[in-house]
This record gives sequence, structure tokens and C-alpha cells, in this order.
Amino acid sequence: MSGQSFTFEGRSVPFRPGQSVGAAVWAAGDRTLRTTRGEADPRGLFCGIGICHDCLVVIDDVGDQRACITPAEEGMVVRVQQGAVPPPAVAAAGHVGPGELLTTEVVVIGGGPAGMAAAAAATAGGAKVVLLDAEARVGGQYWRHGPHGLGAQHHAVEAFTALRTAVDGAAAIGLLTHRPRHRVWRVDPEGGRVVVHAVQACGGAGGEAGGEAGGGRPDGGGERPVTVAATAVVIATGAHDTVLPFPGWDLPGVLAAGGAQALLKEHQVLPGRRVVVAGTGPFLLSLAAGLAQAGAEVAAVFEAGDGRGWARRWRSATAVPRALIEGAQYAATLARQRIPVRARHIVVAARGRDRLEAVEVARLTGEGRLVPGSARWVRADALAVGWGFTPRLELAQQAGCTLGVSHAIGPAGAAAVVADAEGRTGVPGVYVAGEVGGIGGAPLAQVTGRLAGSAAAAWVRGVPSAPDGAELAERRRLSAFAATMHAAHPVPPGWVEALTPSTIVCRCEEVPADRLRHVVRELGATDPRTAKLLSRCGMGWCQGRVCGTAVDRLVADVTGRRPGGFVDARPVAAPVRLASLLDPADTPRPS
Amino acid sequence: MSTTTAVGGSSAWGRAPDVVIVGAGVVGAACALAASRAGLAVTVVDRGPLAGGTSSGGEGNLLVSDKPAGPELLLALHSLGHWQDVAAHLEEVTGHPLGGIELEHKGGLMVASRPETVAVLDRIADGQRALGVEAIQVGPESLPDLEPHLAPGLAGGVLYPQDGQLQPVLATATLLAAARRLGAVVRTEVEVTGLMRTGDRVRGVILAGGARIEASRVVNAAGPWAGQLAALAGVHLPILPRRGVVLVTQPLPPLVRRKVYAAEYVSNVASDSAGLESSAVVEGTPSGTILIGASRERVGFDPAIPTAVVRRLAAQAVELFPVLAGARLLRTYRGYRPYTPDHLPVIGEDPRAPGLIHACGHEGAGIVLAAGTGQLVAELLTGAPPSADLGPLGPARFEGAA
Repeated sequence: MSGQSFTFEGRSVPFRPGQSVGAAVWAAGDRTLRTTRGEADPRGLFCGIGICHDCLVVIDDVGDQRACITPAEEGMVVRVQQGAVPPPAVAAAGHVGPGELLTTEVVVIGGGPAGMAAAAAATAGGAKVVLLDAEARVGGQYWRHGPHGLGAQHHAVEAFTALRTAVDGAAAIGLLTHRPRHRVWRVDPEGGRVVVHAVQACGGAGGEAGGEAGGGRPDGGGERPVTVAATAVVIATGAHDTVLPFPGWDLPGVLAAGGAQALLKEHQVLPGRRVVVAGTGPFLLSLAAGLAQAGAEVAAVFEAGDGRGWARRWRSATAVPRALIEGAQYAATLARQRIPVRARHIVVAARGRDRLEAVEVARLTGEGRLVPGSARWVRADALAVGWGFTPRLELAQQAGCTLGVSHAIGPAGAAAVVADAEGRTGVPGVYVAGEVGGIGGAPLAQVTGRLAGSAAAAWVRGVPSAPDGAELAERRRLSAFAATMHAAHPVPPGWVEALTPSTIVCRCEEVPADRLRHVVRELGATDPRTAKLLSRCGMGWCQGRVCGTAVDRLVADVTGRRPGGFVDARPVAAPVRLASLLDPADTPRPS
Repeated sequence: MSTTTAVGGSSAWGRAPDVVIVGAGVVGAACALAASRAGLAVTVVDRGPLAGGTSSGGEGNLLVSDKPAGPELLLALHSLGHWQDVAAHLEEVTGHPLGGIELEHKGGLMVASRPETVAVLDRIADGQRALGVEAIQVGPESLPDLEPHLAPGLAGGVLYPQDGQLQPVLATATLLAAARRLGAVVRTEVEVTGLMRTGDRVRGVILAGGARIEASRVVNAAGPWAGQLAALAGVHLPILPRRGVVLVTQPLPPLVRRKVYAAEYVSNVASDSAGLESSAVVEGTPSGTILIGASRERVGFDPAIPTAVVRRLAAQAVELFPVLAGARLLRTYRGYRPYTPDHLPVIGEDPRAPGLIHACGHEGAGIVLAAGTGQLVAELLTGAPPSADLGPLGPARFEGAA
């Protein structure tokens, strides 16, 4: 083969430019990327977007590198990470200093549909903008793509192209600075401005700053502190999959739905040959259709809901015909491929030796409980499961924004930032756009992004904002649609019935369900935070991003209280090397 | 006069409680277990969840090393003995070694970068030894054997084998669970808004909503909020919060064996400065994370975790353990250490409000002092002679100072 390759456990693994280490290993048929610290259990790709830290590998003797987001490079030596490994010498990790300080008028955090729209709108309003994005390319999860650009799996490509053109145009005239591969770990409003602390992924030892062209390993390469001081910030950090535990969900081959989507959209790798898609929400249909089009055998889609929620809310559903048409297209694709869509079904177990071999599904009653005796096994080597999405709130929380819990926000009754129609939060100069203000999908994210970007630019100018009436109406319409979607796709209580005492709840710290229940029943925990501190659920690498919803609900299940959309404060929004905190040049003086 | 409503105030034996303990932190929990073991009917109330305040905002220190010869060190030694007794009881009750509270006497190592500081450490150690502390001088050549990843070039240190650590939230919850087995009632998320009184005498608590729990004694284990509880009895107790921030790294293989800290820590503990003070305190935990402290700021109940403090702590930790430069920071948290003007706790019945027994003001030493405080409070409640000198700890000692 003439292409590029690296070695994984001594075997040569080919990759295409832009592919991640994890995607290339997956394509080569391997599934185990690390083994756990406690039980030495195998783990593979799960979230696929750098959240869960389940895919930590050792690359060129530097451990703790997330295979899912680390671009493959020629000649890398990649090994399965066994347990915890010592930190690298920072010189070996290519730490690059000193830090960099940027000043601007509006800093936009997140380059997805909301962030792109906010950046474009803010520049249109005359503001100087810095757009910080953790990814190598703008587009977020919705338009996630590789170096080849958007493909058949993508929707609303023309909207992306328009935003991309606007962002590039603003950059060309010096009004906008796009900084890819910057992970923001902290947002501090201070004295009339906002200071954003980030680290930029740099290449390996002596390497250059990461950018579109590759290089810049997010973990193993160096980090370079970058601080942005701005008059206003638009926080558009998006969301990640909401997932819930079941026996065997930690087996390699079980992926979060968004992780499967990322493999497909960015890396053009199928999560498996025979895939089961499960959970709830319209995203499942989109994913299944995409997988089928890309050549996977989709064994079935198991949707926990049954459509009654939609029927009851037909009016707000029909208010957004675009979504209905999209839904109909997915359904048509699935029908064409003869892919069964089973309503009122839920995955209750996954089985396999070191990798997924079969998925057990059960029927649900009208109340969402398991139908006794209804379980059956379905052969599959990949399972993509998702229960909707969880907003990424940590930066907004750090900034002091108020969070509200609303059952209109997500199927899990998630929390979101309380903001007005233009994304204005209670903290002067701090705006939110997109999913952090409530899960609503890409069209709503773009509308809220435009509104927030314009409002932030007006704030910088010191003039009142003048939101477009049509935009506000569109926002209302799409928000109502989102609320309908959430109401129509609740999380059924049956998932709790499927847990066994030994089912892992916290993947990072390997905490089983019975330990979590023990700290509530026997040790007196009455709330998720106390349960976390007593059980270690949520205290590992992912800081509860993966198990947070489950812990909230399981604690409530034992105490008999209502789950509260628990959002733990995360004063450090992204893991950052201590070395990146040392550079005094990174700390701007108060102006 | 309104009628008294018993709201879970009666114990499992159906009795009204002998004592209401306000505060379900580690000190209140230790008091609850000691009083229960002494045969008293106990009710614990807290406006938050258990260990929701200071007890979940620290590192779980069981230290003698940071206390120069004096009353606090004597209390700490007294309390370490009672921790052994408590841990044995928890082991018996739970079936887990030492109660499963991650109690480890792993030792503390105080290090100094300059010879003159080493001399100061040695003098402090001499005083500590005279009170029964085990303190072993360590020359610079021996430091790498003790802690292989310590920065080179340090001038020496002192090893304190008695120093230990536990997981404070687990400890609090386990103490309370053990007390419940003996009949104690633990009620979290109920706020005490008043004290029942006859004249100056305190004889119960009034909860938000008006419910009352009558008891002949009330124990004030309200941590940094103890002054507010005392005020409900009309007495002044000068206890204020001091903010401390802790950094938590990613899980790592064992790199730091003991609690290791820089000599400046001791002077900061005793300091009266209002500004930010910090010195490196670095230790591993059974879960593989490394905890990095310790900052001290007198800023009231300001919940912020300033970025400048995070940076300072990181820098000091890397100075002590260069290997940590490549480690990742996962989380930070903060707690409020309840401190008094003389940095000693308040333990004793308040002569100005008979029936009110204070068990508070432990500053950053609440974990190590909890078991001993529980024992002393149980003695006060039962009229047994005190097992430690309560003289310097009297509640009225600040009278006239304000």
C-alpha cells in the first residue's frame, strides 16, 4: 500500500490524511485502545469527540492521548494504554512557551453552527472577533468533517458554505481571527471585560502550532497557553451525547450515537459491519440512514418512544416543515434499505468477549417499563446509542451565568443557561448561543448564534441591540419545535430496570450501580454531589460528563425525589497540563 | 407558648433526644458517634447534605507535623488516639478495614530549600518531640529515597510518620451511619433558624417552618457558620471562614508517597494576613489523583476559585515535584476553614448560654481533631472528666477582645 501508516501494537495500520488514530485503528479492525486501572477491562472509542477519555492510548511513549481526536501521523508508534501511566516530561511533550495574549472585542467560543453564526453576525455588526474552536475545522458536531470537506452524510450544506464564506471573508479583512485546536479551560469575567484562558494544541517536540493542515496533537503534542481578553464573549460550546448505562455498555464496540456519527462524518469509518442504533430522538434516524448510505448493515433502529408524543403535539411539529421533510427522508431511506425501526424498544445489555458481539433488546410498555420476557438478542459488532444531548455548560457556569432546569430542554430534563431571546445572560458581556441555551438542533443554533453575535457587537459599540423581528419569531418557532421533540422523546424508566448490581455507572472510575445505590441507601447521600463524593462517580477523567445524567437519575430513583438536572460545577473545563499554568505572560494585567 | 412538635426528634428508641447536634460535617458526625456510643439519644441536623461544607472542601488531613508545640498539637495527638478507636469501631460495624474511609498513616514530609529553614524545622521538631511526636530529621541525601520525584537541590526535611489522610466525606458519612445504628437520627436539609431557650439556657432548636426539637443540650458543630448559630443564642463567637483551594490532577501511577509540603506552610497556617498566602502541599490519593494545596485567603464566603490562585498552586507544586509539569489538572475545589482569632478551636459549654456546647473553629485541622472533639463533647454531655485540657478552648475566651 502506498499510503501512510503507523504502528498499533506492532502492527501496521494505514490511515488517510486527517483521520484520527482511533478511527484508523477501528478501520483496521482493532477495538481495544486501553485497559482500565481497576479491572483491566478493555475499552474502545465511545464518545468519539474527546469527552469521555475512554480511548486513551500511548503514542510515541507519551500516554493519556485520546485516540478519537488525535490525528494520525506517519510513523507513530501507538500502544494500548494499560491503566494509569506517568506524565511525560514536558519537553518530550513539546511544550511550547511562552503564552500568547490576544485582545479583541468579541470572543466566540465554539465553531459549530451557533459559534459560526455568532462570529459572522458579530463581524457584520462591526466587531473584531476571535473565534476559538477546539476542533481543527469549523462546523461543530453537526457539520463535523475531514479534510475532504462535507459529504453525503451532511445536511444543510449550503448553510455551512454561507457561514464558512462569511467567517473566511471576515478573516480576510482582518476583522476575525479563527483559532482552531484551542481548548478553553476557563472563562473569567473581570472588571468590565472577559478573560478566556485556553491552550492551543501544538505539534510534537519543536513542532509548529496546530492548524487546518494537521499536526497539533491535542494531547501528546505540546500545549501553548493562549489568553484572550475581550469586551464580550459568546459561549457556543454545544452539546454532547446523553448516555445511560446498561450491562456491557463499556464493551468496545458500544458507542455514543454522536461518536458513531463522528467516525462516519469526519473519518469515513464505519463503527462496525452490522450496527444497531438505539435510544431515542430523531437523531437516531439520521444516524441510521447515514450508516446505511455509507455501506453499513443496520440491523435495526430501536427507538424507545412510540410517536404518540408527536401526534399529541402535531401543531408545533408542523410549524417546522423542514424538520418533518428531513424526518420523512430518513424514514424513506431506512425503508428502502429494509431497515426495521422498532418503536418502544430499548437496549438492556451488550455482550461479547473483549468486544461487542450481540445486543439484547426488550420491549417497553406504554409507560416505558420493560415488558417481562420480551428480551431478545440481536447480533451486532457495533451499537450506537443516544438519549438526546447534554449542553456543555461549564464555561457559562464559570462565567457566573444562571442555570435553569427545564424539562423542555432535553429528554433527560437537562439544565441550560438562562438567557433572553438574544442570548444575553445575567452577566454583563456574557452571551450564549446554541445548545448551551437549550438543546434545539442546528437551525435553532444558527438563529440564536446570529442574535447573540449581533447583541454582543452592539454591547461592544455601547449601543442598544436591534434584533430582527423575523429572527425572533424564527427562534420562538424552532424553540417550540424543540420542546415538542423533547416531550415526544422522554427517557423511559425501563433503563433503570435493566441495570444489574455490577453494571458500571461511572466508566472512568469503574463504579458499579450497587456502589452508587449503597452510598445513597446506607451512607446517607441525598443528592448527586454527595453521592459523587462518596462513590467517586464523576470524579475521573471525564468529570461526570458521561455519567452525570445517570447519577442524577439513579440517586433520585433511590431517594424518591425528582431528578434535578444536576450540573456539577467544573472550574477547569478541559484538562490542562500544569506546565501550561506556569507562564506568567499568560496572565494579563487588569487594564 | 407554642406547642413542641417532635419531628423525627425522637430516636429509634422512641425517646426525645438528649442532644441535638447542629452540623453534619466530620466534627458533628464524630460528636454524634461518640455521644451515641456513650448511650445518649442523638439527633443531628444540617441545612445541607452531609459533609456539604468544610468537610468536603479539604484534603482529609490528619496532621501533627504542621502544629508547633502547643495546645493544638496536644489536641491533635489526643485525637489521633481516638481516631484509632473510632476506626476500629467503624471496622467492626462496616466489615471494611478501618471502616473503608481510606484512612492511611502514610507519613508527612516537610521539606526546606535552604539550610537556615532546615534549622527552623529542626527547632520546631525538637518542641514537637517533647510532646510525643515522632519527627525524624532527613538529610538532603535521603530525600530521593523517601520521595524519588522530589525536586533536586533541597536542603533537607523532617519526616513525620504519624501524619495521615482519610477521605473526609466517606469518613463523615460512615461516622453518621455508625451513629444511626446506635439509634441516632440524622436529618439533613433542615435549617436551624432559632434556638429554644428558657432565660439564657438553650433547650432545643427551632427549624425553618417552625418545627422544634427539644433537647437538654445543643452542640454547635456548624463549622464556619458556627458564629451564626451562636448568635441565635445571643452569644458572640468570632469564627470566620478562610478560603482554601485544592487542585486535583488526572489519575496517575503512584508518584508521591507521602504528604509532602514546603516549610513555608507552617508559617502560613499560623498567619494573620488577609491576602493570598500559599505554599506547596502535594500528596497522592488511593484513587491515583494527586491533590495540590494549599492556599489561604480571608475573603469571607466568596465561592470563587480565582485563576491566579490556581496558577500559583500549580507553579508551587511543579517546583516541588517537577514531574507534575506534564500532569493534567482535572478539577479544583475550595473550602472554608473556620478560624478563630487565636487559631484554636472552641470546645466547651458556653457559660453565657448554658446547654449550648461548642465544637467548632477547627480551621484546617477539623479532620484530625474530629475524633478527639467527639470524645470531649461526649464527656461534656455525660459529665465524665475531660480527657484533654479544655482550658485554652473555652468559648468565652474572646470576651472583651471584640
